Amino acid sequence: MKRKYFAYPYIVWMILFIVAPMLFIFFYSVNVGGAWTIAKAWGTLSDAGKWNILWTSVVMAFKTTLICLLLGYPIAYILSNMKKTVAGFISVLFFVPMWMNFVLRTYAWQAILEYFLPGLLGMKDGTLTGTESAVLMVLVYNFLPFMIMPLYNTLAKLDKSLLEAARDLGANSVITFIKVVLPLSVPGIVSGITMVFIPAITAFTVPALIGNGKYYLYGNEIELAFKTLSGQGDYAVGSTLSIILLICVVVSTLIMNYFDKDQKEGGQMW
Amino acid sequence: MVKKAARSLKYVYLALMILFLYVPILYLIVFSFNNFSTGRRISYANLGMWKGFTLQNYATLFTGEAGQALLLTLEIAGITSVVATLIGTAAAIGIYSMKKRTRNLVLNASQLPMVNPDLVTGITFMMLFAFVNSVLANLGLRQVGDIPRLLIAHISFSIPYVIFSVMPRLRQSSDLLYEAAMDLGCSPMQALWKAVIPDIMPGITSGFVMALTMSLDDFVVSYFVSDLKSVLSVYIYSAARGAKGVNPALATVIFIPLVTLLLVVNLRRIAKEREYEIQNKKVKLKDKGGK
Repeated sequence: MKRKYFAYPYIVWMILFIVAPMLFIFFYSVNVGGAWTIAKAWGTLSDAGKWNILWTSVVMAFKTTLICLLLGYPIAYILSNMKKTVAGFISVLFFVPMWMNFVLRTYAWQAILEYFLPGLLGMKDGTLTGTESAVLMVLVYNFLPFMIMPLYNTLAKLDKSLLEAARDLGANSVITFIKVVLPLSVPGIVSGITMVFIPAITAFTVPALIGNGKYYLYGNEIELAFKTLSGQGDYAVGSTLSIILLICVVVSTLIMNYFDKDQKEGGQMW
Repeated sequence: MVKKAARSLKYVYLALMILFLYVPILYLIVFSFNNFSTGRRISYANLGMWKGFTLQNYATLFTGEAGQALLLTLEIAGITSVVATLIGTAAAIGIYSMKKRTRNLVLNASQLPMVNPDLVTGITFMMLFAFVNSVLANLGLRQVGDIPRLLIAHISFSIPYVIFSVMPRLRQSSDLLYEAAMDLGCSPMQALWKAVIPDIMPGITSGFVMALTMSLDDFVVSYFVSDLKSVLSVYIYSAARGAKGVNPALATVIFIPLVTLLLVVNLRRIAKEREYEIQNKKVKLKDKGGK
């Protein structure tokens, strides 16, 4: 018996449940209740409101990524310069929340922003939820560990003798950082951005719980079409929206891959 | 003086960031001891007013929907991790012995669920089952229920993580091991079972743990795939959006075992690293002494 047959159950599974389902997005975008029509898809594509929300979500994802990078880089840098045993312990503290159910953590923020903070500041209940900055803060909260992790992994592996060399050659610590540390940490920055930006465009849980119905993002449009309305025609709208989202994801992955030159075997999809 | 100030600034920054990450968790744990009863009813909606200490929230935690959801979460995660580990390990062994071109093709396709956003994965499964169920309805057959749908979806997105944990181990493992076992009289299956599998076991274990965590942690895919019955995170989401709210005691019940587990694992690792460091120092000292 040849060993490659071992992969066949998986290949059948993959075709049935990973590749084939992708095709159904395209199928349902132009098929409403068994009849072929592009009316729904076209109606969605020519709806300016949908494009506006997409733009809002992309800007939001961009802001989230930027803030995570600005907050996370110093954390990763400080950790990478600590003694290994201490850094190992503290980095665990940063990654524990990732393991905790994130819907529950988002729910906690909802409670804090809805009742606790307004009460503390003497405001009316619910004045802090439903704003862009509240959603942004909770998005940053959720994605920060995903930024710290790749940055820390890259910075911890950095060869410290390079820093000594730079110092020996007369560079002060600021110049060493800009000319040596920063360029060498680019792979970590790139994978951190990928790990934050793409999930952030598709986020719908945070705006659903923190947005309070007043502030919502592109993911909520898709959720609305599939889960709340969920009629045949709405599937067509939702599928069309998902195709646009998928295109955004592919484009951002391509841009990220262009910056990330470390290609692994079979590691690059697009 | 400046250096000292910069150093303490670093620690202050780290402490603030850790506080930021733990604030919502601690908030829920504190409020899990809050008295929520308003007359006869219990409503967790007002999670901002302290009305006195009680342990009642823990007593009622797993009665009703939350308990069922937790049980289902554990069942799904258990079955998913076992099935995904079996299919994934076999797949990794098979893919490894393929020709380079087919291997890259299969590995690239396996990346799909890992690079796809959860939202898209969830929708694709939802569409697939909508299609299958409409076909089954036309044929007058029974529909695919929530539990098989959840299982299929969870197994599908977990398998690639198993494959990518086992693959590097297979690369490290030497082909000579397999040949030696054959020379010593093993059949190919025996050689695989007795020589290769034990060698790649760490990869299989970490794949299993990955599959387990991916399944336990999932919200988005489960949310789109299931209708009536679902896992804990979906229950939390719908309860959070509803009027009743979520029992905050859930946070304690998830958080305490998690922290204990992670701390024990890491303290052991740190202890090992320390031992290694001390031994290294001894070796260095000896070297110096020798000179």
